[in-house]
Amino acid sequence: MDSIGNVIMYFVFALAIIVFSVLSVTTKKILRSATYLLFVLLATAGIYFQMDYEFLGATQIAVYAGGIVVLFVFAIMLTHKPGEDSEALTSHRRAMGLTACGLGVLVCGVALFSFMKIKEAVELATTDNYTIDKLGTDLLSNKGYLLPFEALSVLLLACIIGAIVIARKR
Amino acid sequence: MQILDSTILVLAIPLFMFLFLGLVGVKMPRKITGVIGVLGMAVTTILAYTIAFVYFFGEGPQKVDGVYQQLVPVDWTWLSFYADKLVVRLGVLLDPISAMMLVVISTVSFMVHLYSLGYMSDHDGNPEKGFQRYYADLALFTFSMLGLVVSTNIFQMFIFFEMVGVSSYLLIGFYYGLQPANHASKKAFIVTRLADLFFLIGILILSFYTKTFDFINIMGKNGGEVCNAFTSAQGLTFMGCSVTGWALTFIFIGGAGKSAMYPLHIWLPDAMEGPTPVSALIHAATMVVAGVFLVARLFPLYVLEQGAMDIICVVGAFTAFYAAAIACTQSDIKRALAFSTISQIAFMMTSLAVSSANGQLIGGHEAGLGYMASMFHLFTHAMFKALLFLCAGAIIHAVHSNENSKMHGLHKYMPITSIAFLIGCLAIAGIPPFAGFFSKDEILVACYEKGLGWGLWMSMVAGMTAFYMFRIYYLIFFWKKHEVHGEHAPKDQPWTMTVPLIVLALISCVAGFVPFGDLVTWNGQALETHMNWPIAGASVGIALVGIGLATVMYRKENPLPDKLATMFKGLWTASYRRFYMDELYQFITHKIIFQGISKPIAWFDRMIIDGFFNLMGNVTNSASFGIRKMQSGSVQGYVSYYIIGAMLLAAITGVVILCI
Amino acid sequence: MYLIPSLIMFGCGVYGFITRKNMIAMLISLELMLNAVDINFAVFNRYLFPAGHEGMFFSLFAIAIAAAETAVAIAIIINVYRVAKKVDINQITKMKF
Repeated sequence: MDSIGNVIMYFVFALAIIVFSVLSVTTKKILRSATYLLFVLLATAGIYFQMDYEFLGATQIAVYAGGIVVLFVFAIMLTHKPGEDSEALTSHRRAMGLTACGLGVLVCGVALFSFMKIKEAVELATTDNYTIDKLGTDLLSNKGYLLPFEALSVLLLACIIGAIVIARKR
Repeated sequence: MQILDSTILVLAIPLFMFLFLGLVGVKMPRKITGVIGVLGMAVTTILAYTIAFVYFFGEGPQKVDGVYQQLVPVDWTWLSFYADKLVVRLGVLLDPISAMMLVVISTVSFMVHLYSLGYMSDHDGNPEKGFQRYYADLALFTFSMLGLVVSTNIFQMFIFFEMVGVSSYLLIGFYYGLQPANHASKKAFIVTRLADLFFLIGILILSFYTKTFDFINIMGKNGGEVCNAFTSAQGLTFMGCSVTGWALTFIFIGGAGKSAMYPLHIWLPDAMEGPTPVSALIHAATMVVAGVFLVARLFPLYVLEQGAMDIICVVGAFTAFYAAAIACTQSDIKRALAFSTISQIAFMMTSLAVSSANGQLIGGHEAGLGYMASMFHLFTHAMFKALLFLCAGAIIHAVHSNENSKMHGLHKYMPITSIAFLIGCLAIAGIPPFAGFFSKDEILVACYEKGLGWGLWMSMVAGMTAFYMFRIYYLIFFWKKHEVHGEHAPKDQPWTMTVPLIVLALISCVAGFVPFGDLVTWNGQALETHMNWPIAGASVGIALVGIGLATVMYRKENPLPDKLATMFKGLWTASYRRFYMDELYQFITHKIIFQGISKPIAWFDRMIIDGFFNLMGNVTNSASFGIRKMQSGSVQGYVSYYIIGAMLLAAITGVVILCI
Repeated sequence: MYLIPSLIMFGCGVYGFITRKNMIAMLISLELMLNAVDINFAVFNRYLFPAGHEGMFFSLFAIAIAAAETAVAIAIIINVYRVAKKVDINQITKMKF
């Protein structure tokens, strides 16, 4: 949080995340919900950039914003007629959702902030200029990320096959 | 001697026939199945004859200085435990009695196979169901019986004993659609199985002390030297008797179950529910003599245990009389023949039991005569009893009934069967020169040597034998004119059924001239036999009296038998109802065992043990029905529960951490 | 500092997951929750252990897995839609009991 620009950017991103998250779960049009999700994801990517995690931010944009949201949009197009609104919520359901949400936020928040209090003093250290080629080397070297990487590859393959098999027309 | 080594083939062929006919037979036409079965059995028979011939008359290791040796051509270790301390072998033992048994079994079995081609081809005019199964079972039985007689050790013998029981069960229950056949097969199986339990106990006791199963190890070569372990175990006593006495008595009970000795005889008359050729094979000629064979096999041991021998002697003598008395009144010809079988087997048992081995000369006869006589009688009896049963089968096949009231006067219609039956009757009655005369004469001689009382008793039974056999004969073939039921008059059966009758009749005529004393003795040495003319004359005389009595009473229709029956009404009814033995067993099993023991145990099992587990099951069941409502099927409901639970957990953890 | 938006995002995810009837909307809420967790990983990595990169890698893998999971979930949803002609979760309760 050194420069004022960074602070402004932080507030912009934080505000965007908060506002669009709330909108995303409360809007009645499902397509809008997906669009708000896109904005949330982009703002998250911004936060990653602010933390100097460029590659993570790029991945976030490419995979989430570019891939998943498009997938959502297609799914929505396939399963919904245009202009179809979701039904109004019953108060019982809303109360239940709010309770669960409040409880979750409360517990998580208490946990997070009680934890953060101890370490608040730590300042944002300067990064060691973690470039993408270093990251790639780490990912594929014996630093311990190779196994999860390969496992993930297999998982993705399985998912591809699974998705095809499930969605295939019989 | 190569041919003796091939004894295993005699076993292998029936086993193969069983598997082949049982597995493939169903796919083949019935005629072909039958012919294959008969051919297989024919090969076995030829082989068995060759082996027996070579064994008895050939030159080679089996005969040393005129003494027949025990040969073991095949010996294969099957199971071995505890570093060869407990070894179970399978093998083939050839000695005089097993060679003789090979001949008996294969002959009768072959005849029955051939006969069944005709007998089983139709059942009251309809094609018989399960023809192939029948032949497969016959082959299985033949295999087990052959395996039994060539057993090298007592354990192998037990295995084949059980297999004989199983195949007998299958064959008695051949008409499994009929209730009596089912009951009879179950009864036979359970009774013999119960007896086999004792057999097993006996085996365990015996082998515990002798540390071996093998006959040769226990009894020495040719039964010459009983092993030391046995003689030393004789010194140990349990409840006043020596342990070996107990063991041998238990083994005898096993044999008694198979051989239908009183009081374990009850299954045999009922076993006549099976097809008649089966009765001829199993319940007249082969399986029922398994018990006799068992005692004969262990004869060198029994000789040393006079107590066990006395038990056998008493049981045998009583059974002989008891069964003969019943046979005098039975109206079902197969049942009458069955009781006759029991009586004759009891003869063999008694004869074995009165025999003693220790080489003294008693009354000019060498000891061991009883043993020889028993085996001789076994041989001849198998032949003529199979003949009688097959004749009975032919008659039943012709008139479709077992009751002799439906027969009468068949002589005119079935001359061949009639003559064959007559020969069988003469043979069993002991009229020279038919087979039974010689063997029975030896038995009587042996009994008189044991004591005058035994001899007189057995002579009386022999007279009864003549009487009841001729009673059956006259009631079937004479008495009065046959009333023809239906369109067809009964007539002699096709050649497949008459040929075995003729062959067996011929054997019954000549079998008595086989020099048995030279061939089959307990220690392999030839035994000198000569006619004891007073006893022979007396036995023929008493047989003739029996026949004469039967002729007077039953030759022509007359009121005499009925008059006698009413005169001794109680006795006659008791005999007709087999002295109420079946009712007694029924009472014991149903009233005492079922009511007194099984019912409470069943109640305990059902109420206490089952109840406890049912209770647990019911509690779980109702609990799950109670919480089933929570399975609403809505995912979001589940998630709510999950989140609330997770948060509570987190909160609790947090509180705990904070407190600490 | 960054934890506040992530916390709110998570809360929104929980709320949406429980209240939305549309299965796709539920999936969107799920993505929100996942994303909030990703942010947390990155933040903890950045502020508490700036020398290492474990948190970042974890986020990276989580993103990949989320993509895979979404693909499968959407395939299932489309299949359900084909069979039941609807994507509302409270109408698809065949799996109860």
